[in-house]
Amino acid sequence: MGKELAAVIGVGQTHHRAKREDVSMAGLCREAIDRALADAQLTFDDIDAVVVGKAPDLFEGVMMPELYLAEALGAVGKPLLRVHTAGSVGGSTAIVASSLVSAGVHRRVLTVAFEKQSESNAMWALSVPVPFVMPVHAGAGGYFAPHVRSYIRRSGAPTHIGAMVAAKDRQNALKNPYAHLQNPDTTVESVLASQMLWDPIRYDETCPSSDGACALVITDADTARSAAAPAWIHATAMRSEPTTAAERDQVNPLAGRANAAALWKQAGITSPIDEIDAAEIYVPFSWFEPMWLENLGFAEEGSGWKLTEAGETRIDGRIPVNCSGGVLSSNPIGASGMLRFAEAALQVRGMAGEHQVDGARRALGHAYGGGSQFFATWVVGATPPS
Amino acid sequence: MTSPLTAPMRVSFDYTRSVGPVLSKFLTGLRDQRLIGGRLADGRVAVPPPEYDPQTHLALTEFVEVGQTGTVVTWSWVSEPVPGQPLDRPFAYALVLFDGSDTPMLHALDVPSADAVRTGMRVRVRWAEERSGVITDIACLEPADADADVAAQAPATGDGEAVTGIITPVDLHYTYAASSEESTFFRGLAEGRLIGQRCPTCHKVYVPPRGACPVDGVATIEDVELPHTGTVTTFCIVNVPFLGQRIDPPYVSAYVLLDGADIAIQHLILDIPADEVRMGMRVEAVWRPREEWGTTIENINGFRPTGEPDADFASFAQHL
Repeated sequence: MGKELAAVIGVGQTHHRAKREDVSMAGLCREAIDRALADAQLTFDDIDAVVVGKAPDLFEGVMMPELYLAEALGAVGKPLLRVHTAGSVGGSTAIVASSLVSAGVHRRVLTVAFEKQSESNAMWALSVPVPFVMPVHAGAGGYFAPHVRSYIRRSGAPTHIGAMVAAKDRQNALKNPYAHLQNPDTTVESVLASQMLWDPIRYDETCPSSDGACALVITDADTARSAAAPAWIHATAMRSEPTTAAERDQVNPLAGRANAAALWKQAGITSPIDEIDAAEIYVPFSWFEPMWLENLGFAEEGSGWKLTEAGETRIDGRIPVNCSGGVLSSNPIGASGMLRFAEAALQVRGMAGEHQVDGARRALGHAYGGGSQFFATWVVGATPPS
Repeated sequence: MTSPLTAPMRVSFDYTRSVGPVLSKFLTGLRDQRLIGGRLADGRVAVPPPEYDPQTHLALTEFVEVGQTGTVVTWSWVSEPVPGQPLDRPFAYALVLFDGSDTPMLHALDVPSADAVRTGMRVRVRWAEERSGVITDIACLEPADADADVAAQAPATGDGEAVTGIITPVDLHYTYAASSEESTFFRGLAEGRLIGQRCPTCHKVYVPPRGACPVDGVATIEDVELPHTGTVTTFCIVNVPFLGQRIDPPYVSAYVLLDGADIAIQHLILDIPADEVRMGMRVEAVWRPREEWGTTIENINGFRPTGEPDADFASFAQHL
């Protein structure tokens, strides 16, 4: 963090859907941006710079979105930056925007992240065969499923924990009008009965494929103090590591642990489970809830699943996780990380509607990407950091 | 150090684009042989219309049909056209200000030589015979001779449904090159050998070898010939079919830690029902007939159980 305080004063998102054939990518971004600006009670004229993030280029076949989006993002005559960090891009994009404010470079920054999964095929894009190498790759699920199996073996978790996460997040989504999946009938039993896609990951334990966007307005303290309900940014952290290395821990990655340690230190937090009131964690496959609870330090290694099993990650639990429905209920990949950061901000602003955690004062936003190799997190609070 | 192996690679996909309400007007116009621009807040007419006004940032709502004849603002000569360009003979790319528009638009101008182009010359649209609401509905531009009868062009039509989406195929052909270190491994496969390399700093054995050890940043150098046996560390069973898939599901995609290696390779598990595959299972490589070998890991069909007792969890736990 730089020495200037920064806060989120505007949050906007689209109603995430399987297909938004009525709008272009520019139009999709604008829905989120216009809502964020209205929430902030600002206009494009008040914005100093724009930071945009999206999913990896092959996912949409758009190599340089900033070229064609400049007008739609209101960036004419202003600095426009693009951020890339695979699936964590929404989180790191928000951090780049907040850094421009905390470094004192700009006072009011607009940031947006988006994806139209309906215009491409992410599974194909993640599985393009490479010469000389065995073509066993099968999308993100195929990549992460073996590591989920490793987690289950290492932790000794009962095999229904993943289904508990999926059922919880789908029920939470019913309280979020923006969430893509609205399936009132999802239960632990129905998740367990769904088709095994990438054993041990079932169909109902995977994220949907969504079109959607998210935008934030991040400002300096002077602007934030006159805003209705700022979410003050207490800490931000990003860490990276190689995709593959000898003896690399793919279940509890080192970069994730380092990221969490830096984040909690910066935020002055010594016991995350006691000091964080709501967490929005990037969980594209259900088992990543207990895995990231451990990686983030909410639980000891091997015991994250006990929090899930005891109901402690429900909205009324000790550490509510993904009250918005999370990535398991809406996954416009490029925007999914920013949605986690945005939902954390909504919680501490008291603006999360039906999925509000009572009295939330400090919240975590988390994103990861690549082969669990990019991590981005922030802590936001209802009051400025002390 | 060996020379890098290369192979042709092709990545192609038909992306779709929802065009939104503003570009829908322009593309529907093209299909109907009309040039539709949008009026900006400052009164200028832009062709094609931007979706959002660069000054007010609002979506464009006022649309204006402009003339199909215009003036060349500037141009460049394409002496050697490449596949995918609008014309297969030398042509000019021209920025043209259509009559009634205030912003120039780029398209191909069909003239016999660069001598036949000049800034300020008058040109007009030549429509493609079949149109679907894409930019190539304008086949190209052509000189507008003074004696040509513009009115003789086919009349515009306008009774079809609005264009709301287009297909934008991407087709990339390029040469993939493996690193020198990986090439050692792939060439070894052509001889039925599994060659790893040890990092000189951390002493871990990488298979395939690496141009840069991910931990130490230095190339692996010392060859280590590995046995054709190993342990399944973890795996998944792929039941889901998808576009571009090369192996029919269901199949077991496993991490196999070759004996003596410090990193697992991904391959198939064969000759055992998928639901009987276990973490720790001992396996051996199943090679194709020698006459089918090339410089590829596909020389190995997969790995099958050796029948040995499973490896202790502790022996591979640090590889998960």
